[in-house]
This record gives sequence, structure tokens and C-alpha cells, in this order.
Amino acid sequence: MNVITDHLSEFGDGLLLTVELTLLSLAGALVAGIVVAAMRVSPVRVLRAAGMAYVEVLQNIPLLVWLVIAVFGLPEIGVIAGLFTTSVVVIVLYQGAYTAEAIRSGINAVPAGQGEAARALGLTFTQSLRLVVLPQALRTVVQPLGNIAIMTLMNTALAAAVGVVELTSAANRVNLAEAKPIWIFVTAGLAYMALSGLLGLTTGVLERKWAILR
Amino acid sequence: MSAPSSRLLFDEPGPRARRRIRVATTLSVLAGIVLVALALRQFADNGQMAADRWRPYGTWPMWRYLLEGLWSTLQAAAVSIAIAAAAGVVLALGRVSPSRWLRIPPAAYVEIVRTIPALLLVYIVLFALPRYGVDLPLFWKLVVPLSVSNAAAFAEIFRAGIRSVERGQLEAGLALGLTRGRAMRTVVLPQAARRVLPSLVSQSAGLLKDTSLGYVVSYAELLYSGKVLANFNHLLIQTYLVIALIYLVINASLAKLARTLEARQRNRPSRAARTAVAAAVPTAATDAGNS
Repeated sequence: MNVITDHLSEFGDGLLLTVELTLLSLAGALVAGIVVAAMRVSPVRVLRAAGMAYVEVLQNIPLLVWLVIAVFGLPEIGVIAGLFTTSVVVIVLYQGAYTAEAIRSGINAVPAGQGEAARALGLTFTQSLRLVVLPQALRTVVQPLGNIAIMTLMNTALAAAVGVVELTSAANRVNLAEAKPIWIFVTAGLAYMALSGLLGLTTGVLERKWAILR
Repeated sequence: MSAPSSRLLFDEPGPRARRRIRVATTLSVLAGIVLVALALRQFADNGQMAADRWRPYGTWPMWRYLLEGLWSTLQAAAVSIAIAAAAGVVLALGRVSPSRWLRIPPAAYVEIVRTIPALLLVYIVLFALPRYGVDLPLFWKLVVPLSVSNAAAFAEIFRAGIRSVERGQLEAGLALGLTRGRAMRTVVLPQAARRVLPSLVSQSAGLLKDTSLGYVVSYAELLYSGKVLANFNHLLIQTYLVIALIYLVINASLAKLARTLEARQRNRPSRAARTAVAAAVPTAATDAGNS
């Protein structure tokens, strides 16, 4: 057990970085997801196609490949950004594709009468999406978005593979120094379980508060 | 696919709306062209557009090497899928069993493994197990953690499938004098497996993506082969882009297969089965995204 208390600061830093990565990625992915979902239901065919292409390309290539391309490939074409920033942007774009699909399924679950009513009131596409359809859509997909949030937390671990010292990487480093794997990895696992428990609880609370029963 | 969703937010456009759509189309095409041009300029400015930096990717030895990597990827994925699916069936059967002592361990397994990143499991197999004398071959260092983490997802999919099969099926089996195990195996499971086939395919596609963790394990699957290649020929961005393209083709075909299966199922079975699947599959589908 001493291994953990001796290296509390490493674990703390790693945990903090994982939390930062997760929260920033979640916020970004929500924005990206809303934009892409809006593109996919818009009346402009080019935008619909672009949104679909985005989702297909992002979802069908592993996140680790995206991270490797961004971290090691982009400097080759003169795009240089910090490791943390790069990882956040990549995870945002990747999870944005999944978020977009969840939100789109929410939009499809909104009864057609809502959109018709909005148009009958004279609202434009953007207005009816923003004021009428999207708020209802988001409230119906709280649970799927919660699942995506947990998936995002799991995926932040991949940043370890390209050199971000978040929780997984911190645990690995402590283990390489101390060679007491059981305690170290169990601690990291418990930390992840606690974080996903928190995400799950938050989802549950929001679900009870916002969910629309259909 | 987009037909019902696209009808929700706009009607058949009138003359003004059509003009607006045309303007938006022009603007977005222009924006797209500008983006592509910027990207290409960035490539060109840094000398990455030179033909001799791309030519190797048109040669057979290069493709043979990459296809060997792809073959290893597919092998690792196939073995992991087989193990994870088999374990998933066992876990799912445990979770629907009438005995509490059989229900709790699989439930605990699923809940715990669902919340541990696959990479952490990989690190455990890579760095923890050898301390206790378990030093697996490279292939299994990748397959074991992937199977462990995906078994939970497969279990949830199978459970959703089993629960979507009407109670009457199991009861009819029992009434015929089958034991519970046999009724499950010969009556309920085959129907359940058919219903969740699309989710199983998309979960398998997710697992295929996870095999890119071979990059960490140094198992020579597609991504790690790319790393070795890029270290050797210094064509870093070209190699990784070609590899991304290969992943895209394989996974997009799997996703298409899943969609086709789903569409076919929606058209075929009886009404009762259709409604039951509609109730059960959304949960399975969101879990399937959880890879």
C-alpha cells in the first residue's frame, strides 16, 4: 500500500489530467456533435453529405490512428501544437462523431408535428432547430450521451500511448519505478471506476430531471 | 436513411427557400474547397507532396507488407471476437439465470470491466503479469486484454437479445420437458443471436478498431507495421494516411454490413418479433458504441 502513498502526487497529477482531458473533450464533443447533427438534418444537400462523410470517416478509423497521425504526422506538415492540445482536439473530433449520431437519433425521435408547428409559426430552419427541436432532442438522448461520456473517459487513456501522462500512463510509470503492479494498477482501475461512477450518477440525475417520456 | 430525418425540419422548398439553399450550397462548397486547398498547401510547403514521397505506395512490396499487417490485425480481431463472444454468451446466460449466485458474478464482471480502459488492461498484461511469471506471446498480449474488455460488451448485447425473446418461448421449451439449460440453448439463444446480429457486427467492428492497441504491445498488426515502416522510410504522414485509409475501407464495409442486416431484419420477422427488437436493440446499440 506504501507504493500508492509514496506516489500520491504522480497519481494525483495523472488523475487531474484525465479529468481535464475528459471534461474538455466532453464539452468540445457536445459542440461538435450539435453542429454535425444540424448539418445532417439541414435542407442543404452538400451539408448533409459533408456531415455524413465526417461521421463515417471519424468513426471508422481507430482513435489511436487519429492520435498517431495528429501527434507525429502533423508536425511533418508544419502544424505544431502542444501534446495536450492535440490530444484534446483529436478526442473532441472523434467523440463528436458519436455525439452527432446520438443527437441525430434524438432529433428523429422528436414528433414531426413539432417541426411542422415551428414552421407554421414562421420560424426558419435554424430557429426551429435551435428553439424547438434541439432542446427536445437533447433531453431524449441524455442516457446515450452519458454512455458516450463514459466511452470518452475510457478513450482518454489512449492519449497515454502518444505520451500524455494521464492516469493510465502515470500508473504505468509508477509501476516501472516500483515494480509493484497489483496495487498500482488496482488503484488506477478504482480511480477509473470512481470517475465513470460519477459520470453515471450525473447522467442519472440529469435524466430524471430532463427526460421526456415518449 | 436521411429521408425521414430530412423531412422533419423543412418542407418542399419554395422559390425563396430554394435560392437560400443555393447560396448555402455555394458557400459550403467554397468553404470545402478553401479547406482542402489550405491542407494541400500545408503539405506542399513542407515538401510532403513530392511525387517520390508517394510513389512507394503504388508498389507491390509496400502493399504486401501492409497487407501482412492487415492480416495480423484480422487474425487478432477474429480470435478476440471468438473468445469475447463465447465469454459474452456465458456471462449473459449467468445474468438471466434464476439463481442469484449465478447472476451476481457476471453482473459484477460486466460493470467493472465496462469502466476500465482497454489500454490499462493492456498495460497490466504487458507489465504486471510478467512479474508473476505469466509472460504471454505477443499475439496473446494483445488478444487477452481485448477479449477481457469486449466480453462485457458482448455480454450486454446477448442479454438484450435473450430478454427480447418472448417468455413463452422458454416456457414452451420447459413444457416440452427440456431442461432449462437445453431450452435456453436450443430455443432461446438461437433466436436471440439472430436478433442481435447487427449489434454483434458493429461491436466486432469496434473490436477491430481496438486491435490498433497492437501499437503499444509491438504486435505487428496494421498500425504497428506502419510505425515500423515509417521509422524505416521516414515517410511518416504518408504511411499513416494510407493505414487510416485501409482501416476506413474495412470498417466502413463492416458498418455497411451491420446496417444491411438491420434493414433486412426490420423487413422480415413477425410483428411481435419486430416490436420486441425495437424495444431491446437501442440499448444494445448504444453499448456497442462503447468500445
